[in-house]
Amino acid sequence: MAANAHLTRRYEFAASHRLHSDRLSEEENWRIYGKCNNPYGHGHNYGLEVTVSGPIDARTGMVADLVDLDRVVQETVIERFDHKNLNVEIPEFRDQAPTSEVLLMEIHRLLAERWPRESGLAGTRISRLRLQETGKNFFEYTE
Amino acid sequence: MVYLTRQAEFSASHFYYLPALSEAENQRLFGKCANRNGHGHNYVLQVTVKGDMDPATGMVLDLKELKDILEREVMQAMDHRFLNHEVPPFAEVVPTTENLAVEIWRRLAPRITKGRLHQVRLYENPDLFVDYYGC
Repeated sequence: MAANAHLTRRYEFAASHRLHSDRLSEEENWRIYGKCNNPYGHGHNYGLEVTVSGPIDARTGMVADLVDLDRVVQETVIERFDHKNLNVEIPEFRDQAPTSEVLLMEIHRLLAERWPRESGLAGTRISRLRLQETGKNFFEYTE
Repeated sequence: MVYLTRQAEFSASHFYYLPALSEAENQRLFGKCANRNGHGHNYVLQVTVKGDMDPATGMVLDLKELKDILEREVMQAMDHRFLNHEVPPFAEVVPTTENLAVEIWRRLAPRITKGRLHQVRLYENPDLFVDYYGC
């Protein structure tokens, strides 16, 4: 039986956002989000770690072909979010504050839908995502 | 349960190539990693042992002991070596980061007698690493 391993690749994208909810008053927005509620928004260099888990292919010695993984992440995540204003340019974030938690779950939804169709090696899945917002904050989702 | 991790680094060269395939197929599968002159990495290895703390010493295991095991089983065998030519089984097995993590596990697990080997994490570069948990 093949050994199972977990391959993680790190990507980066730069985006701006503002944390604000129309369902809250201005005072409540400021109290909850603090300077993240500044009207013009602010930006981050996001770091994204994508972990693919599955059996090590006996022939190639790989869990996943990095060319496939890079292509899927580039087209699904980087091109969608890099150098964008998340509040203004991403339809999914028009009605909810694009916190890193929300962004992480949206990235998961996009990759979980696409990876099974386009991964070259069978039996692999995206098992973990980690989104680093700043040097001090990161958010992780594990299946 | 306490998890103790020790880090070590080694520099090695390798290439990815399957003799059963043609040159063109190897190129398509492995890209520039198929260059049989090899290329190199500064690998970073993190080895995690799990276990209960000895109440007398406050340790899961003696770090010096773990360091010596890593030195004997991994560093002396792989540091500053050409994996395909000098480190079994990589004359026959493609030395991907995945297979290297599994081989490191195989060498370390029987030698860790206090606590249990829990995870081998191997960075090929800062943006790419593999975790192996023994199965």
